[in-house]
Amino acid sequence: MHTELTSINHLMALATGDEKHDTSAHSTLHVLWVLYDRVLHYDSANPRSEERDRFVLSKGHGPLAYYAILAARGFFPPSALKNFETWEGFLGGHPDRNQVPGVEASTGSLGHGLPMAIGIALALRAKKSERRVFVLVGDGECNEGSVWEAILLAGNLALSNLTCIVINNHSSTLSLGNLAEKFAAFAWTATTIDGRSHAQIEHALLQRDALRPSAIIAEIA
Amino acid sequence: MKISMRDQMVETLEDLFVHEQRLTLLLADISASLFKDLLRKYPQRAYNLGILEQTLIGVAAGMALEGYIPIVHSIVPFLVERPFEQLKDDFSYQRLAGNFISTGASYDYSTEGMTHHGSGDVQILRSLPGMQIVVPGTAREFDTLFRAACTNDSPTYYRMGASVNPVDHSVSFGKLTVVRRGSQATLIAVGPMLAHVLEAAQDMDVTILYCTTVAPFDAETLRANSQSSNIVLVEPYYEGVLVPDIVAALKHTPLRIEAIGVPHQVLSHYGTPAQHDQSIGLTPQAIRSRIERFLQI
Repeated sequence: MHTELTSINHLMALATGDEKHDTSAHSTLHVLWVLYDRVLHYDSANPRSEERDRFVLSKGHGPLAYYAILAARGFFPPSALKNFETWEGFLGGHPDRNQVPGVEASTGSLGHGLPMAIGIALALRAKKSERRVFVLVGDGECNEGSVWEAILLAGNLALSNLTCIVINNHSSTLSLGNLAEKFAAFAWTATTIDGRSHAQIEHALLQRDALRPSAIIAEIA
Repeated sequence: MKISMRDQMVETLEDLFVHEQRLTLLLADISASLFKDLLRKYPQRAYNLGILEQTLIGVAAGMALEGYIPIVHSIVPFLVERPFEQLKDDFSYQRLAGNFISTGASYDYSTEGMTHHGSGDVQILRSLPGMQIVVPGTAREFDTLFRAACTNDSPTYYRMGASVNPVDHSVSFGKLTVVRRGSQATLIAVGPMLAHVLEAAQDMDVTILYCTTVAPFDAETLRANSQSSNIVLVEPYYEGVLVPDIVAALKHTPLRIEAIGVPHQVLSHYGTPAQHDQSIGLTPQAIRSRIERFLQI
């Protein structure tokens, strides 16, 4: 394992007091780490810089890996993780943009992040910005109607600056069938990858279709 | 000839879009034809997104996160009730500013049945921290109040209605307007209820306050104009929404309050809005009877 990932695991342990982080945090860890290590443009000293790429954790639950990566990348002191979900702390069970440096949007209720990411992408397009918007949803979250409203809309708007990562850890009660085919049917470009393969994650995240939004189905066995 | 509030909305926005580059307009099919010029002129800032109201509010929040000031418009059930959680989480909890303009107040769409009624909007929006609520009584007042509040730091709801007062009043955002002063009671008329209240109380010795900003409520003006302990509240949506604000404003005073508005009932008739007014007692005559009984005159 990459040495920084080892230290991020230690940070996650700092928050929970043991090595047993929840399934959601584990399933997003590799995608988020590659995103922040090799893909996103950001400046942790200036987290609201116009020149940053935007990331929205639509699936707001299980944010431990997200917090640990933000801390490791300098958005806030790693010691803050000791106060995860406590009265004194600012790192809650769902991320709050008004409290956590580096968090773009407050999420928690499923099905809210992707529509907000579309709004951000539309705004960047209006500003003629070249920056990209990444949003992470869970497969269980894909039961929500608003997710499918948003997928339909983003395809119609040809939001080429938007990339949606679906973490498919097979937590959905309903069968979702072939998610890549479904996104493609809504006018997205879509690919399915191994959600723990850093090379596949990096390759997929760096792709950008000139005309369509991109979907990456990250399979977590 | 006076124009409707809905046409005024289009005029106001067309003017403001020229001067305020941060404004964006987001529609979900409703009124898209009225805004066709604006949609054509500002393709980067004005969108008809289609019939997806939860996503509509979320997209507006995303644009607000990037510094734009969204204006979202639809009819009450699809602007307030269906995407209520998006208004709560994406705007109120995130402390984002935005403007939400409804049409189809209470039973304006009387022929369409209760799926298209909107009597509960103000009551549920009142529960959201930071949500400002504006109920203009005329098209001119809509213009005044919208221009005053549309770029401030809070989310704001504007309730447009087909029923309007015949005369414009001098209104200020966040302020009650003192229409006249008397001694027997203080009558508070919200938005389009003012005309009914003026007619109902034309020969009564009462104070009449005109309320076009429900939230934040102007407690100071009420305190300065409530010499009597009798308060009559007349609202065009579900009755009694402002009672907690009135009680809080006058908490050191023993009060008698009569709250008149749309009753909490399933309205199963169609017909005209005037027939609904008649049925539930929102006419000048019925309001007068309620005031007389309340004051025992």
